[in-house]
Amino acid sequence: MDFDTIIQVLDSTVRLATPLLLACLAGLYSERSGIFDIGLEGKMLAAAFFSAALAAITGSVWLGLLAGIAASLTLSLLHGLASITFRGNQLISGVAINFLAAGMTVLIAQDWFQQGGRTPALIGAGRFTPVELPLAQTLSGVPVLGPVYAELISGHSILVYVAFLAVPATWWLLFRTRFGLRLRAVGENPAAVDTAGVSVIGLRYAAVMICGVLCGIAGAYLATALQAGFVKDMTAGRGFIALAALIFAKWRPWQAMWACLLFGLLQAIALRYQNIDLGGISIPVQAMDALPYILTVVILAGFVGKAIPPRAGGEPYVKER
Amino acid sequence: MTFMKSLAGAAATVALTAVAALAEPALIFDLGGKFDKSFNEAAFNGAKRWAEETGGKFRDIELQSEAQREQALRRFAESGANPVIMVGFAFADALSQVADDYPDTKFAIIDMVVDKPNVRSVVFNEHEGSYLVGMLAAMASKTGTVGFIGGMDIPLIRKFACGYAEGVKAVNPDARIIVNMTGTTPAAWNDPVKGSELTKAQIAQGADVVYAAAGGTGVGVLQTAADEGILSIGVDSNQNYMHPGKVLTSMMKRVDNAVYDVLKQGENMETGLHVMGLANGGVDYALDEYNAPLITDEMKAKVDEAKAKIAAGEIKVHDYMTDDTCPVLQF
Repeated sequence: MDFDTIIQVLDSTVRLATPLLLACLAGLYSERSGIFDIGLEGKMLAAAFFSAALAAITGSVWLGLLAGIAASLTLSLLHGLASITFRGNQLISGVAINFLAAGMTVLIAQDWFQQGGRTPALIGAGRFTPVELPLAQTLSGVPVLGPVYAELISGHSILVYVAFLAVPATWWLLFRTRFGLRLRAVGENPAAVDTAGVSVIGLRYAAVMICGVLCGIAGAYLATALQAGFVKDMTAGRGFIALAALIFAKWRPWQAMWACLLFGLLQAIALRYQNIDLGGISIPVQAMDALPYILTVVILAGFVGKAIPPRAGGEPYVKER
Repeated sequence: MTFMKSLAGAAATVALTAVAALAEPALIFDLGGKFDKSFNEAAFNGAKRWAEETGGKFRDIELQSEAQREQALRRFAESGANPVIMVGFAFADALSQVADDYPDTKFAIIDMVVDKPNVRSVVFNEHEGSYLVGMLAAMASKTGTVGFIGGMDIPLIRKFACGYAEGVKAVNPDARIIVNMTGTTPAAWNDPVKGSELTKAQIAQGADVVYAAAGGTGVGVLQTAADEGILSIGVDSNQNYMHPGKVLTSMMKRVDNAVYDVLKQGENMETGLHVMGLANGGVDYALDEYNAPLITDEMKAKVDEAKAKIAAGEIKVHDYMTDDTCPVLQF
C-alpha cells in the first residue's frame, strides 16, 4: 500500500465518518439527557429528503439545509412529545419515527416529483461544493504534509468541518457549562435536578431539539453534499451504526469522534479492497462490514471496560407519585 | 313481476360486467416500486403501451413488504385475473406454491424460472447485453482499466459482471477490470453514498469507465462518475439522459417488451421458458442523442458486428449462472 492509497482511503474515511459523527453527537445529546433515540435513522432520512427537495425546487442548497433541519426538528419534537410530555416508551416512539420517515419521504417524493420516490438530480448551487482551504495548492508540493493538507484536510464540503468542530463544541457545552452539567444530571438523576428547581422537561426538550438539528445536518450532508439528490432509504442503516458508535464511545464526545472515524475507516477499507489478504488468510468484505456491530457487542459484553448508559435513560420523569 | 324481471336483468348485467372485469390481466411489481426508473418501470411502460394500443385494462399492485407476495398473488388469481404477471425473481417461491392451486390461471414471472405447466418464465440474457457494453467500455477507456459496481452480491449480478468482463477482454485482452459489490443485503440496492465511494476508489485505481448494475445505488455511481469527469454505463432502462454526454451507454433489458408480449397473448399465453436475448430484442445497448457524440462510427460498427455474431450464435458469451464460475474474472 503506497502513500497515495493511504491518503485516498483516509479521505474516504472522513467522508464516510461525517454523517456517522453528526448522528452520533445528536444521539449523545439526547441520550445524555435520558431520552433514548433509535429514531436517528428516520430523522436523517427525512432531513435528506427535505433538503434535497427544497434544494431542487429553489436551487439553493442553504434553503435545502434549513428545510432538512426543520424536518428533522419536527420529528424530534414528535419524539419529545411522545416520550417526554406523554411519557410513552422511547424505543417504540423511535421505531415509529423510522417507519414514518421511510414511508413518508417516498410518498411525498412521488407526489412532488413523479420520479419513483426520488428527487431530481441537484445541479450548480443546489449542492454543497468542496471547500478549498487557503494555500492548499501552494503547500501540496511539500513532502508528506503537503498532500495530507491538500488532499485529506482541504477539499471537503463545509458540513464536514461543521461536524468536526461540533466535537470540541459538544465537549465544552457538556462539561464546561452550567447547561451541560444540568443536561448530564437530568440523564442520571432527574429528581435531583427537579429538586434544585430546574425544569427536567425543559432540559430534555432542549436536548432533543439539539439532536434534531444535528440529525438534520447529517441528512442534508448525505443528500446534498455526498450525493446530488435523494434516493429512497438512502441512509442505509447509518443511524444504527451511529448508535453503535455512541455505545462504543461510552457516551463521550471525543471518543465518539474516534469511534466514528474507526467505523468510517473500516468501511473505507472494505470499499477499497474486496478481500484482504493477511499472510495466507483472506478476510471477506462481509466480515469488514459486520465489524462495527461485532465491536459494539464486544464492548457491551464488557470485555473492554464497561459501557454504562446514563442511569435515567429510557425512563420518563414523573414529578410525583 | 315486472319489478322482478328488471331486478333479474340488473343482476345479470352486474354479473356480466363482473365477468368482463374478471378477465383483466394483472401486474405485481416488486419492492423497488412501479416508478423506479429502471426494472419495474420498464414493466409498467410495457403494460401501458399494450393498454394504449388495444384499449385494454390491467390491474396492478406495488408490494410493500415480503409478506405480501403470496397474498397478492392469491388475491389476483382468486378474483379471476388472467394472466398474472410478476415482475422480479423474488416471486419464485410464492409462485411455485400458488401455481398448482389455480390450474386455470396463467402466470408469468420475469427474471426467474418456475417449472409449472401454467407458468411462463421469462429470463434475459443479461450477459450478452453486458458483453456489448463491455466492448464499448474497453474502446472508450484510455487507461485500459474499467470498473464494475454491482448491487447486492447475488449470482444474477455476477452474470452481468462476467459478461461485461468478457466483452472488455474481447476488445483489449490486457485490460484490467475492477469489480466491486456494494453489499450482501437488500440495502445494497439503495445506498448511493456507498456507490459514490466505490466509484471514487475505482477512479483512484485508474478506472475511467464504470458500469453500474446496482439499482438505486447506481444513481450515486453515475453522479460521481459525471462529477469526476469519467464515463459511466447505466443498466436495465436507458439511463443515458441522466447525465448527457457523461453516460457512455446503457445496458437495456427490455422488460417492457416481455410484458407487452404476455399481455398481447392474453389468456392464451404460451407457457414454458422464454429466453429474451440479443436475437429477439430482449437486451441491447442504448444509443440516443445523449450519448451519440461518445460513440464513434468505428465503435458502433464493431459492437454491431459482435451483436450480429452473438445473435447468430457465432460468439458464445459465458453465462455465470450455468456453472457459477467466470472464465475471465475472479470473484
